[in-house]
Formats: sequence, C-alpha cells, structure tokens
Amino acid sequence: MSTNEIGSVSAAVSLTVNGTKVEREVAVRTSLADFLREDLRLTGTHLGCEHGVCGACTVLLDGAAVRSCLMLAVQADGTVVTTIEGLAAPDGTLSPLQQSFMDHHGFQCAFCAPGFILTAQTLIDRGQSLSRDDLRSEISGNLCRCTGYASILDSIEAAITDALGPLIDTSGASK
Amino acid sequence: MKFPGFVYHRPTSLDEAVELIGRLGGDAKVLAGGQSLLPVMALRLGQPEHLVDISRVSGLDVLAHDDGVVRVGARVTHAQVEDAPMVRRYAPLLADAMPWIAHRTVRNRGTVCGSLAHGDPAAELPAIALALDASLVARSVRGERIIAARDFFEGFLTTSLAPDELLCEVRFPVVAPGTVTLVSEVSRRHGDYAMVGLAASLRLDGAGSIDDVALALFAVGSTAVRATKAEDALRGRTLTPDTIATAVAALREELDPPGDNHASPAYRRHVAGVVLARTLQGFAADAAAISGDAA
Repeated sequence: MSTNEIGSVSAAVSLTVNGTKVEREVAVRTSLADFLREDLRLTGTHLGCEHGVCGACTVLLDGAAVRSCLMLAVQADGTVVTTIEGLAAPDGTLSPLQQSFMDHHGFQCAFCAPGFILTAQTLIDRGQSLSRDDLRSEISGNLCRCTGYASILDSIEAAITDALGPLIDTSGASK
Repeated sequence: MKFPGFVYHRPTSLDEAVELIGRLGGDAKVLAGGQSLLPVMALRLGQPEHLVDISRVSGLDVLAHDDGVVRVGARVTHAQVEDAPMVRRYAPLLADAMPWIAHRTVRNRGTVCGSLAHGDPAAELPAIALALDASLVARSVRGERIIAARDFFEGFLTTSLAPDELLCEVRFPVVAPGTVTLVSEVSRRHGDYAMVGLAASLRLDGAGSIDDVALALFAVGSTAVRATKAEDALRGRTLTPDTIATAVAALREELDPPGDNHASPAYRRHVAGVVLARTLQGFAADAAAISGDAA
C-alpha cells in the first residue's frame, strides 16, 4: 500500500502460505478465502456460508484457527498461513490427523473436512488435556451435514490420544 | 457473499487513525478483528465507503492490570483475554464471558472493544461492561472522552460514540475480594447469540448478607440492561430460597423483552427468571460449601 492519505482499493500483500513466500497485488475487498482459492489456486479451503457460521473455510493464521471468509486478504499481510494443503508431507504422506480422519471415516462428502481438520490441529498444537465433551465444544463452530459428528470426534480423539495421551475421562463424573 | 467495495486505510499511529476517522466521519467504519463488521458487509446490511484498519495502530494492544482497573485496548482479541490469567484474577466476570462468545476461531480475531462498539444487544460483552460499570475511552481530534458503560449503549447496534470517535480502550474495575461471578445463557446452539443471557456478580459480607450485586441481562431488549429491581430485591438480604424467589419475580416484572422467531416475550421473561434462579442457587451452594469448609 503506497499511502494512507489517499487510501487504497488494491494493495500489495506479502505473506507465507504453506511455507512458501507469496507476494501479490489484491483488491482490498478480496477475502482471505478467495485469495487462497482464486489467486493461489489452493481450493482445499472451502467456502460454505461466507459469513462466519459454518467453519468450512477455517485456516491457520500464525498458528491460530480463523475463518478465512471473515478476513480480508490485505489483513493477512505479513502473516504465516497454513491451509489443508500444508498439512501433508511433500511426498503426499498424510499428517497423523488427516490419516486419523481416513481411518475413522471422519468425513463423507468432505466439504467440511478441511475446516474440522485445521480446527482440530490447533487442539493438538495447544497440547491441553481435553475430555470428549471439551472436544464437542471445541468443534462446535464447524458444521457437518453428513456424519452426525460421531466419526469426526472419533477421528480427532484418536489423533489427540496418539499425540498427547488419552482424553480426560468424565464418564464417571457426577455432572 | 463477497464484500462490497470500499477504500482501505491502514494507519499506524493513533493520531493518524483519529485524524482519518475525523475526516471520513460517518462514511468510515473501524476494522479491528472484523468478526461482526465483515458479516454485516457480506450480508449487505452495511456498505461503508471506507474501512480504517486499526490492526497496526501502536498503543492499542494494552492488556494490563493497572491502578485498580483491567485495561483492554482496541486491538486485544477475545482469545488474548481468555488466555490471560490476569483477567481471570482481576476481572473474573470478563473471563467468564469468553467461552460463551461464538467459537474459538472467531475469538482468535474478534476484539473486546469491537464487540462493545458494535453494541449488539444479544452479545455478552455489553452486559459485562454494564455489570462491572466499565469505562470506555474514546478519542477524536477533539480530545479524549471517558464514557461510563451505562451511558454508552443507546439502542440496537447504537452507541454514544460520535462518528469521529475511536473506541481506544475499555477499563473494567478490579473485582472486590469475596465476589462471586457467573455468566450464563440459553441459546439454540452453543456459540449462537443468546435468547436470554445473564452476567451476575455478587458479594456476601461476613454475616452472609448481600452487600453488593450486579445483574446485567442480554438479548432481552434493544440494549443489554441492568436488572435494578432484582438487584434491589437482593441487596442487604441473605441468599435464601425466599429471597431468590422475590428477586426472580422482580426480574420478570421489570423485563420487557422482544419476541422473534427464536423466542416469544413470555418465553424470554420466563427463561430469564430460570437463569437468575439457577445462578443465585449456585452462588448460595458455593457460599454454603465455603462456610462448611471453614467450620
């Protein structure tokens, strides 16, 4: 962006996406999601509702899960973004969490899967001890219309158990 | 839905930001986390001509306990507040509100001041500000103005901020020792806007009578409201079932909630009473447990 005095309808952005430095000129009204999908052709980021309800467009921004439809590309200037394409190894080997979604049938149509997987990835990265109920709460901002969520929870639980140990058992708790 | 076009500004100093907002006035909207503003734009409920992005304005990132208040600057996100042990210690009611606000992905971007300036009557933070008698710090080229929370929320999505003012900071008074707090709400799904919500803060004196109480309701009118009659019914009393029933009756009497396709006025009034009763019963049980431990 050249000057604040005049303001801008387009701006230069520089960010790191899946480990690669990216520099582009974008219209300032472009969402981060559309920038990823259309400018960078990273179409694994899915757009469901485009107003922050469904969670399908979730990406990691400096390690934190955010809705890429509720953010301007220009706001991501200077950040590090990870999309679903950034999780697998360069040789195509899936990440442990992605493999867990495969093993536990964590998706059917898979439209929501990138959002669920990236949201769940932050739970592993944060390293907190969680119960199954905590997991339900943590993924409550992501909608799935196929699975009924049980297999998604199974997928995340298995990956967290492998990475961090068993979930907190609240089955015998009084409340 | 794509965002409508606008002119984008990204000032880096407070003077520059305030000058821009002063010059652009009502044609500009302040963009911080964008978690309320951008959906409004996506749905074409608002089409500002200019956005002033304050994410790089220096000095607006304060999150500190300072001189009897907890200061939250305009760039501070819900997630930062949620993760700060200082907030849990000095402003527990503010900490209590955090898990209720949308979802972590939204809290990672959305800001406390942004929610206050948006002034949604179904949102948690305006009620927290009212319950705690927070002060809001606004800046314009004309200078600085400190606005009491009770004078800030004027109506549905309407605050007393002037078009040339930037909400820079909110200050929550540090909690008095012995105060118990709870935020509770009823919504269709967790993370949705509440159908009825309550932010409650209460302190018992040594004899077990209530010497301070604040009850702020949200999603029951065009702004969050303090339930002053229910507070009056509690102040100076002990937390007996009779006192609780009287306070619940007073609350249902003083509320005049709207109806929509989620909840009728009668339902909201009823549920508000239920939420208050459960909250006060919880406080009473906690107090009994503490005095039991001491005995």
